[in-house]
Amino acid sequence: MAGKVLVVTSGKGGVGKTTTTANLGTGLALLGRRVCLVDADIGLRNLDVVMGLENRIVYDLVDVIEGQCKLRNALIKDKRVENLFLLPAAQTREKDAVTPAQMKELCDTLKQEFDYVLVDSPAGIEHGFRNAIAGADDALIVTTPEVAAVRDADRIIGMLEAHEIRSPKLIVNRIRPDMVKRGDMMDIDDVIEILAIQLIGVVPDDQEVIVATNKGEPVIFDRRTRSGQAYYNIVRRLEGEDVPFMQIGPDGFVERLRRLLSRDVRRRA
Amino acid sequence: MRDFFGRLFSREEGSKKAAKDRLRLVLVHDRTSLSPHLLDILKEDLIQTISKYLEIDTEGLEVNIDQEEETMALVASIPIRSVRRGVVAKANS
Repeated sequence: MAGKVLVVTSGKGGVGKTTTTANLGTGLALLGRRVCLVDADIGLRNLDVVMGLENRIVYDLVDVIEGQCKLRNALIKDKRVENLFLLPAAQTREKDAVTPAQMKELCDTLKQEFDYVLVDSPAGIEHGFRNAIAGADDALIVTTPEVAAVRDADRIIGMLEAHEIRSPKLIVNRIRPDMVKRGDMMDIDDVIEILAIQLIGVVPDDQEVIVATNKGEPVIFDRRTRSGQAYYNIVRRLEGEDVPFMQIGPDGFVERLRRLLSRDVRRRA
Repeated sequence: MRDFFGRLFSREEGSKKAAKDRLRLVLVHDRTSLSPHLLDILKEDLIQTISKYLEIDTEGLEVNIDQEEETMALVASIPIRSVRRGVVAKANS
């Protein structure tokens, strides 16, 4: 049975797509799934560096699509986790080096070999984004609780719907409970109310993420960290488990969220 | 100490209310301006519905989104030719 292609996208840059892709992919592999990470950010690759695999790149996605090498030569096998692979982006090419049709074909091929194919989308809504979503079955939208990020996420949701990806799931990243408490940061309820898609994860702002990227070791390896635990919870939800959300805001938040999730979250009309 | 000063200078709800309000507004704008033919479809539906009760000048019909400072309004100008007979009779029965 073929696996699932998930695109991790956001619209806005710098909200945590690459970090999310790296951690969710690692987490799924830690649970025993066969996972392939695909860096679709041609020209500005970063998934390799976040994963700590930058020294092992020989061939990249563009080489594969152009037929310079076989797919299996380009796939980097992660030595830390069984069944985790990375297909890096090209660094010296541009987004139009591949077409959406070629990306779809690549994803269709990868689907046959893997349980999950996670595609790290570039920021924006142009060629790179269209490439990244071309082969996707489903989408994970990453946003932070900030005006610009939520606005861009909204636009992305609309564009995904236009491309037949109708039930994207939301990850709210870098939430700061202290600011939420003070009323200086939108809380999860606010963001869901505005975007009106199903929530699949909340990741707190965590310095450990920077430490992890410094070392090239996705933070999910250390579940004592708050972000590591949060990513792990998302992984479990992706696998169908009903995991309660961490207590973030003032009293009653978890209860309200439970109610919100059990209700049918009305999608954007 | 910080809390004390905070309450003293009464910074009320914090800035998140401003964020939410501005977001809501900007998204109405983004969502409608992104589908230029949405207004056309809306116009068609409006014409259909209103035509059940009033005979209107469909050529002269105008539908626009007006943005004042804090609010956004859908403004429609619908020139009426006449009221349909059946409607008046129905309303009076």
